[in-house]
Amino acid sequence: MGQAVLQIEGLRVSFRIRGNYYSAVDGVSLAVHRNEVLAIVGESGCGKSALALSVMGLHDPVKTRLEGSVLFEGADLLALDRRELNRFRGRKIGMIFQDPQSALNPLMTAGRQIGEALDYHTTLSAAQKKRRTLELLRMVGIEEAEAVGGRYPHELSGGLRQRVMIAIAIACEPALMIADEPTTALDVTIQAQIMDLLKELQRQTGAGIMLITHDMGVVAEMADRVAVMYGGELVETADATTLFERPLHPYTRSLLKSIPSLQAPDERLHVIRGMVPPLHLMPTSGCRFQSRIDWIPVSAHEERPQLREVEPGHWVRCTCYREFALAGNDSS
Amino acid sequence: MWTFVLRRIAIMIPQLLLLSVLIFILAKMMPGDALTGQLASHPQMDARTLAEIREKLGLNDPFYVQYARWIGGLLHGDLGLSYIHQQPVTTLLGERIGNTVLLSACTLLFTYLLAVPLGIASGRWTDSWADKLIVGYSYVSFATPLFIFAVVMLFVFGFELGWFPTGGSVDIQVAKGSFGYYANKLHHLLLPSLSGALISTVGIIQYLRSEIVETKLKDFVKTARAKGIPETHIYWRHILRNSIIPIAAFLGYEITGLIGGSVFLESIFSYPGIGQLFLQSITQRDYSVVTALVMISGVAALLGTLLSDIILSLVDPRIRIERQ
Amino acid sequence: MALLRVDQLKVYYPVRSGLLRRTVDYVKAVDGLSFELQHGETYGLVGESGCGKTTAGRTMIGLIRATAGEIHLEGDRIDRLSGRALSRYRRDVQMIFQDPYSSLNPRKRVLDIIAEPLRNFERLSPQEERRKVRDFVERVGLHPDSVYKYPHEFSGGQRQRIGIARALTLNPKLIIADEPVSSLDVSVQAQVLNFMKDIQREFRLTYLLISHDLGIIRHMCDRIGIMYRGRLVEEGTRDDIFEQPQHIYARRLVAAIPNPNPRQRDAQRERRLQVEREYEQLREQSFDREGKPHPLKRLTESHSAALL
Repeated sequence: MGQAVLQIEGLRVSFRIRGNYYSAVDGVSLAVHRNEVLAIVGESGCGKSALALSVMGLHDPVKTRLEGSVLFEGADLLALDRRELNRFRGRKIGMIFQDPQSALNPLMTAGRQIGEALDYHTTLSAAQKKRRTLELLRMVGIEEAEAVGGRYPHELSGGLRQRVMIAIAIACEPALMIADEPTTALDVTIQAQIMDLLKELQRQTGAGIMLITHDMGVVAEMADRVAVMYGGELVETADATTLFERPLHPYTRSLLKSIPSLQAPDERLHVIRGMVPPLHLMPTSGCRFQSRIDWIPVSAHEERPQLREVEPGHWVRCTCYREFALAGNDSS
Repeated sequence: MWTFVLRRIAIMIPQLLLLSVLIFILAKMMPGDALTGQLASHPQMDARTLAEIREKLGLNDPFYVQYARWIGGLLHGDLGLSYIHQQPVTTLLGERIGNTVLLSACTLLFTYLLAVPLGIASGRWTDSWADKLIVGYSYVSFATPLFIFAVVMLFVFGFELGWFPTGGSVDIQVAKGSFGYYANKLHHLLLPSLSGALISTVGIIQYLRSEIVETKLKDFVKTARAKGIPETHIYWRHILRNSIIPIAAFLGYEITGLIGGSVFLESIFSYPGIGQLFLQSITQRDYSVVTALVMISGVAALLGTLLSDIILSLVDPRIRIERQ
Repeated sequence: MALLRVDQLKVYYPVRSGLLRRTVDYVKAVDGLSFELQHGETYGLVGESGCGKTTAGRTMIGLIRATAGEIHLEGDRIDRLSGRALSRYRRDVQMIFQDPYSSLNPRKRVLDIIAEPLRNFERLSPQEERRKVRDFVERVGLHPDSVYKYPHEFSGGQRQRIGIARALTLNPKLIIADEPVSSLDVSVQAQVLNFMKDIQREFRLTYLLISHDLGIIRHMCDRIGIMYRGRLVEEGTRDDIFEQPQHIYARRLVAAIPNPNPRQRDAQRERRLQVEREYEQLREQSFDREGKPHPLKRLTESHSAALL
């Protein structure tokens, strides 16, 4: 594993709802290394997007409270004001969003939007910027760089738009890329192309990638390490192979068993009981997942389970995983 | 682009024809005719002379003949004769139409000069005291009818303070063409156009504000922030450009509204324009003038919407009028 | 006899242009789609965005008018139906929509939402109606008293089940489900998919499942048709399609499915790139002059592909 480019320590992201703060991300610590894809997985409401946005300073500053630290190249991003943050955003950290249709400005050409990233972070001349823009378009696999650069987002297909988004993100050769559901809005063949492209770009630049996704298929294809989130906490982290072969946390196991493409056809899918409680109803003590499993007696749960390393590099926030694994039958 | 404009104009022809029929029928259905209006000023006229004049003017012809005559004249730029003023309607309008265009342009200018900065301030710093003040202003002026507001303005700044003239478009004594003449004209314009603008600006402020508030939350603004662009530039390049598009398109429609507004403004400020003439002509039953004015405002409204569509297609690349 | 037979279905949208808005071209959303649905099976119509699958589904339910072609339900031609026959068809074929958030009227109670088709087709007393609706709500796994609630009081998965309950009230034969779970989280997806399988047995339903998600298609469907530019490019049983895809487009689609085993990642990627190269080579001969699939050719009893 390379050297850490991003180090998150005890991050807590809280939103103000009717005067009270509720934590969407609750004490998350993790690191992204050079040349590594760290996937952050979970269902909607688990806090994965809030985590990504707060690293980039893209949260609503009025309604959000951030605690903990986000270390990047020796600076704590959470402590910086917007102006200082802009020394990193777009330059050292690039971001790719889920829906390239809405993430691109409809009134600017693709080339202009890529060039804009260069405007603020480089001292290139106009001609050099133009050349670099075309080079970037080619890097993301667009052969007709000149033509595509002159088009407006609505004139491009979904796949091309996402490539343009990636070109923007890598314009200044960032050390870290944050990709928030980069393939969710795309067709399956385009999805495969974009995954391959991201991997290829990483091979060339050595950037660390923080991949936010709900799609276990994408995780299996791309991730080196996986962090599973539930209720604002990390519940399990491991390298990808371990996670798919020996998932330990009940939530991870349930999640994997509920995915159709991971099961034999016609096999009944696993259903997790109940639903993710809304932010203000999330249990604050005890295991946050305990109400959604019924095969472990409540007494077996710890008051406040901690992440424990159960084998090298494999961390689980669950005390009962052993019993759980012994019980074998985890259908509900 | 030109195909589009041509097609739009082609569509306008039947619309205008329909309008002209409607106007003509309405005018004919109104009680009395031009001569009834004149009776008041010439009480000595007896019924026989009246009938003769009617016959001579063709007022007894079947109305399709009258319509054909009227529309034929219209196509030749002949808008008929004003019975009250005893001169061709075209001459009558000629003097006034310039004044109205000037007043409308001035009102439009003030409207946008006020609306754009206020709307931007209000949208950018939502819930600040400035925003609350602007929103408060817009509620008040939204509830204030133009004709009452204009009368108050006239009373305070025209009569009480004496800062502005209380009527006319220019003082008679100043020589035409001199610098003083234009300054004087502008002086006459200021109060009516400001009064109009202060009221009509509200819609645009509110619209712009909500556009900005909405655009601020768009994903591409997040992308721009993620690129590390300074906040001020994000506002100018990304948020404002996207919010101002509907406002730009509003411009054409605004023209339609101004014609209606000019009726009030010109009457209250005794400003010699077509709005004032319109009101006069209705009370005096000077139908040839009324019909001509309604036709003109109809054309202006249609051209205004065309203008809006053209502006929209120029500023928004998503709306491309097909090129061939 | 097949439950549903679609024969050379075409749906064209005119493209107008010029001074007189003359129709200069057509967008051929569906262009010669043919397939059959047998009683009790689940047929998957799969394809990428813009392939015409959604238009096809909407045409079959009667929301869009077909430009040409025929649709037969149990031998009766239904794309030209009117009056009583049409109303029977509308009872027999129901639809489940993609977005459970926008497909339920937020101002109506669940009772009124589910009872709506009943009110259109059957005269029931209010008591009977309420009893029937409560019964259906219970069968889709919700508390009977939830009929007095409004849609926003339910989660996404529950809403989708309310939508399904509405579709079931008239005892339909065929349910067309257009991306029924694609807006739901995976664990909720599982709930709805299991549930769809349960009621299929219980109500002896036939499904036409329209989706872009090959994982869901594989899990749910007995037979599958892959659509490309308005036509089928390959059709077969689940095994035919996923184990032995023949047309290069089908092979490319199947190769793009992420492999759930990280250990096979590199092999999978290699295979994918290999298929991609083949696709580039075979592209020209694999489609006709308009770039559309050739007519289907029967390969085995169950399997056909658009090969020359």
